[in-house]
Amino acid sequence: MALDPAAIRADFPITCRKVHGGRLVYLDSAATSHKPRAVIDAITDYYERYNSNVHRGSYQLAVEATEAMELARNKVAQFIGASRDSEVIFAKNATEAINLVARTWGRANLGPGDPVVITELEHHANIVPWHMLTAEQGIDLRWIPIDANGHLDLTDLDRLLDGARLLSVAAVSNVLGTINPIRQLADAAHEAGALMMVDASQYTPHLPTDVVEMGADFVAFTGHKMCGPTGIGVLWAKSELLEAMPPFLGGGEMILNVTKEGFSTAAVPWKFEAGTPPIAEAVGLGAAVDYLNGLGMEQIREHEVALTGYALRTLNQRYGDDITIHGPTEPAERGGVLSFEYKGIHPHDVAQVLDRSGVCVRAGHHCAKPLMRVLGCAATSRASMYVYNDESDVDALADALGDADAFFIE
Amino acid sequence: MPDLEDLYREIILDHYRNPRNRGELDTPPAVRAEGFNPLCGDEVIVYVRLANGVIDDIKVGGQGCSISQASASMMSATVIGRTTEELHRLNRAFKAMMSIEPDPADDPAPINGNGADIKLGDLEALKGVVKFPVRIKCATLSWHTLTQALDEAQTPA
Repeated sequence: MALDPAAIRADFPITCRKVHGGRLVYLDSAATSHKPRAVIDAITDYYERYNSNVHRGSYQLAVEATEAMELARNKVAQFIGASRDSEVIFAKNATEAINLVARTWGRANLGPGDPVVITELEHHANIVPWHMLTAEQGIDLRWIPIDANGHLDLTDLDRLLDGARLLSVAAVSNVLGTINPIRQLADAAHEAGALMMVDASQYTPHLPTDVVEMGADFVAFTGHKMCGPTGIGVLWAKSELLEAMPPFLGGGEMILNVTKEGFSTAAVPWKFEAGTPPIAEAVGLGAAVDYLNGLGMEQIREHEVALTGYALRTLNQRYGDDITIHGPTEPAERGGVLSFEYKGIHPHDVAQVLDRSGVCVRAGHHCAKPLMRVLGCAATSRASMYVYNDESDVDALADALGDADAFFIE
Repeated sequence: MPDLEDLYREIILDHYRNPRNRGELDTPPAVRAEGFNPLCGDEVIVYVRLANGVIDDIKVGGQGCSISQASASMMSATVIGRTTEELHRLNRAFKAMMSIEPDPADDPAPINGNGADIKLGDLEALKGVVKFPVRIKCATLSWHTLTQALDEAQTPA
């Protein structure tokens, strides 16, 4: 059954608010999604009914909190096709999850000249940790280029992967919307003897995720883009890798024993979760997974393909050569992320004008400055869609865009 | 919400469309400084040449939104021919208009008055930016960059 965005909006309290006296037209879900009532209630319920620390107390509240957190881990594991709950590590966000891999697996396994391969369309979260390892350990950072349509150009893939230790790629570009051929890349990486990491931050909220089917060794994503709260992300990794990796942060929760002489680590996953974890956030993420399962990930994807197609048609028909939409032209090849340039007006100014009509878009480099350089622009405006958006939101964007002419077109 | 007309005043849009003192200067004798707004990617490059404590020439490069580029253009037109002391007072008065508390590190030299006595002229057109707080950084980027360039010019090589 097709999604009914009007009914879905009723699940999201924020959609009732007015902006500048008008309706909220939220087209920035690639930055963060709104939260349904069920998620907000789950977080409140934790604080109101069983607030306590996990894995420590033996009293009733602590048992309930521990169970709720571990149930959330189970829900996430099921949601992404993980074979074991212990393969799901809770981190602060996807950025921390990627840094965890760079700081633990990377530090233990990479040395001078060891190639790590990324792509030109990565978010800074999947660039800077590797730049840091280049500076500290002298790794050889290599880049898969993109072609004119915003797809990865895999012509030189074999050469780039020659000797590589890790290939790390976004499943969906947060700027272009491009859906990358993850399975193909993972197979190529493994053939070359490299491990495969997937930044699934823009994928897991929008498409059915199966980490085994992806062929990945590491998968990172964040909770707040998939109807969950901020402050929680996930690293999934194969058990044998997690067992072998050194710990990340040191402190409570991650230890088995501590003496004056040293320490031994707790079992996976807690080995990587030092300190009091984001308990309320984990519970909220579990509720978000339930909510998305209730809608159906296949249905969400279908809805977004249809809406992306409508947006591409509407904006192109209405503005023709005055608008440049970056990325793949086929809705089936992309997520619901539309980065565009309009009549040469700076995206910051476009976003300011759109805001007057309650239309929320992101303007800037979207934490992807190397990609901006490849695209030949300093910034774009970006409209991104989710389950609560429908054609009326696209129409509102299209209507408001022309308002910029009054200020910037003589 | 505040009117967009308060933000996009005609004089601002004129400076955006027809930026003054656009270009580069030879370094040395001029000094060059780059400023970035990491949030939106705005970039301002300032070249400034001093002669006897006076801003003898200034050129501006870079790219960004209308506010960042217009502010850089208006700044260049205002400061040319001024002494560095006048410039620091202008800087302080401009930041005050942008509701920014003075930072002692910004203008370490002792200055008479709080800058209220100095006329901002055309720069007053940027007053409307205050009503759009996220854009204040766009307006002040060029001023930060200019003070950075002057610090460099006044540091003995």
